[in-house]
Amino acid sequence: MKSVADNSPIIETRDLNVYYGPTCVISGVDMEVETHKITAIIGPSGSGKSTLLRCFNRMNDLIPSFHMTGSVLFAGRDLYDAGVDPTEIRYQIGMVFQRPNPFPKSIFDNVAFGPRVNGFRGDMNALVEDSIRRAALWDEVKDRLKESALSLSGGQQQRLCIARALAVQPQIILMDEPCSALDPISTLAIEELMRELSNDYSIVIVTHNMQQAARVSDYTAFLNPGEDKTSELIEFDETRQIFTNPKDERTEAYITGRFG
Amino acid sequence: MADVVRGQFDRRVNRRRLYGQIFHALCLISILIGLGMLALLLVDIFLDGWRRVNWEFLTSFPSRKPEQAGIQAALFGSIYVIALAGALAFTLGVAAAIYLEEYASRNWVAKVIQINIANLAGVPSIVYGILGLEIFVRYLALGKSVLAGSFTLALLVLPIVIIASEEAIRAVPPSIREGGYALGATRWQTIWRLVLPQAFPGILTGVILAVSRAIGETAPLIVMGALTFVPFTPDGPMSRFTVLPIQIFNWVSRPQEGFHEAAAAGIIVLLVVLLSMNALAVLLRNRFQRRLEG
Repeated sequence: MKSVADNSPIIETRDLNVYYGPTCVISGVDMEVETHKITAIIGPSGSGKSTLLRCFNRMNDLIPSFHMTGSVLFAGRDLYDAGVDPTEIRYQIGMVFQRPNPFPKSIFDNVAFGPRVNGFRGDMNALVEDSIRRAALWDEVKDRLKESALSLSGGQQQRLCIARALAVQPQIILMDEPCSALDPISTLAIEELMRELSNDYSIVIVTHNMQQAARVSDYTAFLNPGEDKTSELIEFDETRQIFTNPKDERTEAYITGRFG
Repeated sequence: MADVVRGQFDRRVNRRRLYGQIFHALCLISILIGLGMLALLLVDIFLDGWRRVNWEFLTSFPSRKPEQAGIQAALFGSIYVIALAGALAFTLGVAAAIYLEEYASRNWVAKVIQINIANLAGVPSIVYGILGLEIFVRYLALGKSVLAGSFTLALLVLPIVIIASEEAIRAVPPSIREGGYALGATRWQTIWRLVLPQAFPGILTGVILAVSRAIGETAPLIVMGALTFVPFTPDGPMSRFTVLPIQIFNWVSRPQEGFHEAAAAGIIVLLVVLLSMNALAVLLRNRFQRRLEG
């Protein structure tokens, strides 16, 4: 399963600059996402956390005014090379969104959707069960797989979305503020699940919640917009370092709650 | 501050409540006028025509003698034309809406196209009749056939179907599309498996509206040359034909009292066909909606 050696980063950005139309929203980001670790991206509202995350699976391609310079390497290959089809890389890079977005289909069909569109020919029942188990949802839904996914609670829906992402066997999972629409108990469940998943997957999580970053992540990237509104990567280090001994005073100001 | 300001409110609760009640009453009167007129019309038609609505009326061809005149040719003509026109408008309309919403880039060309589709929905139907006569009857040499008639009606209602489908497609939240793309679905798979099923009930509503309009159209079909006296059932897409509204119009314009009765009976038949088509579509839509919501 693992196509990348454990010690090399699965995603690397090199001098990444992101533009919406003529406006530069993120500039000069160099960071790595380590394999089988959890990397958190933190920063104040509007600092481009989600934009950065969406560069990692070319989701920004859907925005007409988006363009970028620099490179994003996924397992050593540049995602933005001319020959790369975004559809082809997206199934290797799972994504979980801010609001749970289950399809208006049955629980089973939600999880089976990804394998079906990607031409899975194996035992679908086994794959769906395995994915839902990995997302720690099996015991709650095993008797109601035919019911609509919309009948689940918000926290369950979000775990279903994680199961759905896992079903296409990604190497990395991008999570865009996955708990911001959830209650504290569901949030805790997702955080525990993330720790569990990091044994087999690399995870990048965008969060506006610093405690969450401190609790779950191994590495933390701090984005902050400067005077000209263009965000920069202020600091990127092990989470322990960032939260106990930040090198930049802006990082310290942010994590101690002086702004943002 | 609070003490100073407090005295300056003139709350006039009673007057505001009165305004509310007047507004409520106006709305109620409006709906009553609409419903009342409709009821009056239905009762009038029914009283005039119910004696003529029977099996013989449904299975007879038009006749010079009012008591022998029947509606079979027009009934079958209407059903043929509407079924073909509906299928065509549905297919073309949904495809056009998908293109405009999912594929076309959002530039001024797309905007111009969109505005003009809305304009087309307002073009008088007789203009479509002239278009149908020129293009389908003469240029494509389809003759004054069922096919030419349904093409003309399909063109007429196409804008309605496109606009309704566009709105239904637009109402599917972007998060659903993102969810599909993030799993490696292609654009086609995302549209076909996620967007369309969710937009389908809304699309069907548009088709209901469109078919309801088409089934009552007379002018464009008269212009393109549908017959008024048809003593045979259309036997294929190239057959000549008439439709219910033309037959009704023809009977109404005769002097004999008996034909007026036949016209009223024809209107009842037209209404029944229209309502059962709508009921079928509503039924389909509700089933689909239930399947989505589980």
